[in-house]
Amino acid sequence: MSRHTTQRLAFALLTLAAIVTTAPIVLIVGYIAATGLPAVSWEFLTTMPRDGMRAGGIWPAIVGTGLLTAGTGLVAVPLGIAAAIYLAEYAKDTTLTRAIRIAIINLAGIPSVVYGLFGLGLFVLFLNFGTSILAGCLTLAIMTLPVIISTAEEALRAVPQSFRVVSISLGGTKWQTIRRVVLPQALPGILTGVILGLERAAGETAPILFTAAAFFLPQLPGSAMDATMALPYHLFVISTQIPGMPIQIQYGTALVLLVFVLSMNLIATVIRARARAQRQW
Amino acid sequence: MAPSLATLKPPARASRNWGELIVEALIRAAGYSAILFVFLILLFLLREGLPTFAEVGLGDLFAVRWYPIEDYFGLLPLIGGSLIVTLGATLLAMPLGLATAVFVAEIAPRWLREILKPLIEVLGGLPSVVLGFMGMLALAPLVRETLNTPTGLTAFTGSILLAGMALPTLVSVAEDALDAVPRSYRDAALALGATPWQTIWRVTVPAARTGVLTAGMLGIGRAIGETMTVMMVTGNAARLPDGLGALFLPVRTMTATIAAEMGEVANGSTHYHVLFTVGLALFLISFLVNLMASAVVFRQKKRSERLLS
Amino acid sequence: MSMTTPPPAKITIERLSVQYRDGTESLRDISLSIPAHQITVLFGPAGGGKSTLLRALNRLNDLVDGVRVTGRILLDGEEISGPGVDTVALRRRVGMVFAQPVPLPMSIRQNVVYGLELAGVRDAARREWELEKALRAAALWDEVQDRLDAPAVALSGGQQQRLCLARVLALEPEVILLDEPTSGLDPISTAKVEQSLQEIKRLYTVVIVPHSVQQAARLADQAAFFLQGELVETAAGRELFVTPREARTNDYVTGRFG
Repeated sequence: MSRHTTQRLAFALLTLAAIVTTAPIVLIVGYIAATGLPAVSWEFLTTMPRDGMRAGGIWPAIVGTGLLTAGTGLVAVPLGIAAAIYLAEYAKDTTLTRAIRIAIINLAGIPSVVYGLFGLGLFVLFLNFGTSILAGCLTLAIMTLPVIISTAEEALRAVPQSFRVVSISLGGTKWQTIRRVVLPQALPGILTGVILGLERAAGETAPILFTAAAFFLPQLPGSAMDATMALPYHLFVISTQIPGMPIQIQYGTALVLLVFVLSMNLIATVIRARARAQRQW
Repeated sequence: MAPSLATLKPPARASRNWGELIVEALIRAAGYSAILFVFLILLFLLREGLPTFAEVGLGDLFAVRWYPIEDYFGLLPLIGGSLIVTLGATLLAMPLGLATAVFVAEIAPRWLREILKPLIEVLGGLPSVVLGFMGMLALAPLVRETLNTPTGLTAFTGSILLAGMALPTLVSVAEDALDAVPRSYRDAALALGATPWQTIWRVTVPAARTGVLTAGMLGIGRAIGETMTVMMVTGNAARLPDGLGALFLPVRTMTATIAAEMGEVANGSTHYHVLFTVGLALFLISFLVNLMASAVVFRQKKRSERLLS
Repeated sequence: MSMTTPPPAKITIERLSVQYRDGTESLRDISLSIPAHQITVLFGPAGGGKSTLLRALNRLNDLVDGVRVTGRILLDGEEISGPGVDTVALRRRVGMVFAQPVPLPMSIRQNVVYGLELAGVRDAARREWELEKALRAAALWDEVQDRLDAPAVALSGGQQQRLCLARVLALEPEVILLDEPTSGLDPISTAKVEQSLQEIKRLYTVVIVPHSVQQAARLADQAAFFLQGELVETAAGRELFVTPREARTNDYVTGRFG
């Protein structure tokens, strides 16, 4: 076989691979949208469920996911950005720093269900928070930390070193330099990472299985110590454990979750693109 | 001469330093917190998992029967289940992911790349429960019909979905590795008369091989750790896989076991402790995989530092 | 030649040596005095330690890990090289302009008053006054006065460098250090910068590493020739370029190496 035939064959296979990888995404999203859309109405989104979830709406699940995501952000974002600032601006190349990095890589790789066990052991049982939004948020926050730290650190490092040197040479302290120049310039990148991290937290089921989620709650959670419904968990239960669950409601729930998560993806992409266009360096 | 800046007092030295010292201390604490959290996780897994070894003998743990209701706590079927699903996923995802990465990084025109990359990112953002949901309703019946298996809920189905979940990470890391290969390598090969394909296959990909390997390991790590997807499509039969035919039978992974059974155990019971032990095993496995992946990256970095110095 | 009393030294460098972590010695046993209200030129081939010396004067070497400094540097008789020195205050007194213009990612106005903001100057009127004064001294006021809120990156290279000079001048320092400030600039911008320096030296002390021997000769009130970390010789005015004492200086100045 000539070299050129080999190349044509190889390229054809590669193209096929790319199609196999990307086509399912379109198919999945499209199918869920098509099948689920009829079920999604204003009533579906804003009312409480009835008849053992087989009718009515999924409002409490939406609220629950919103609360969990926001709570996770509240904890993980300041902690993550601060840790990233430490790694990017303060840490020297010592064994301790390397240990921190290894720790972050490990936190990133821990299976989500193990986070669930950890949350159960520490927050629900040991600290006695019980199955609560608080326990769920803290668990999700630690799980989201590595993503935020990695992207934030990268965003901080991308800021040119020359800015820092100039700021110091004008009589700035390290923190002034970070606060006035480095951090503002890194903000879009940090924001992108935060949103992507929270997107993952919103879609996860296993960490909240034992720490925050309940399937049927007669009312919305009143405080952070209450359990809550949540979209991913809701979808899981109605698709696997409720006999006679109308298929449309299942797809509708899946669609709502998908929209929730993908719109975060979209926002992050837009922020990233705009930041790149507006960069002054 | 104009008055010097000494007349314009900056914030008093003491208060300037105090505020900054506090901020810097907090930043430092945040940096160390990662280590703290890893220890905490290990600690609590141990706390709830160690009692297992007092209650269940090591031999019993490494038995082939997992049937907690009758006090059979053999972990081998679960480990086997995780292994076979992960193996299947890796076999599917690695070539597919590498091929896609090569396509996106080297062959696709710019406009196509701008479409494909966000699309792949979307795949990475799909919640696992959504994929499991679709797998259950659409993929499993397909598998059952085309492969004529008794049920579509098999390890194979799980492998396909896991491959799908591992692909985005795999593709993006491999793509970065390919992008990082210096232009000069490609230019030199082309100048010597190689076709673009020969350049890619014999020069670029080998040059990026550590990055690709890392991508693979990260993908595998992701696959081992998946819970919801496998729980919904692998059939949840805790039977030890024997031979490759088991790929087309139902299995139970470690992750799915924890998720499925934790809600029903009594606090402090042996079953409860054993589930934590499974979690501990997962923690250690991911620790090892990540350690290896970062050691590879570290060695690669050192080597390139030496080369470039 | 009349023997007048030498002008008071603004900066005195006593036996300064600077060593980097990997052992390379950047400066060896430098003793030099820098007179006030003059332009002192540090020139020589690359790797001579000139930039290191500049950065020792405003303690910018502190930013590099593992740098060892021995010897003393005195500013107006007070030591600025030891531990316990308020480097933040020092850098307001000793400002620096770098080889590449580095406009901060802000407007022109924000760039110039950045140092004042760092120092806690809140009086807006004062900031505006310093802004105009500095831009005029850097010969930039006429070109930017009607677009002070435009982003600084929109300026040309030469304008950006003059902006960087204005940024330093806004703090009303006592000493201005310049590290090859015109190396990336066209001849007209270079001339503008050199002219600014000649004008402002009446108020400040200027230490400059020029990017060519010719520039050194144009600007020098005092010149110092550096070769591989060693101070070979110093002299006033154009002496080093016309009648140097050392053979090495002569070889460099006449272009026999470089």
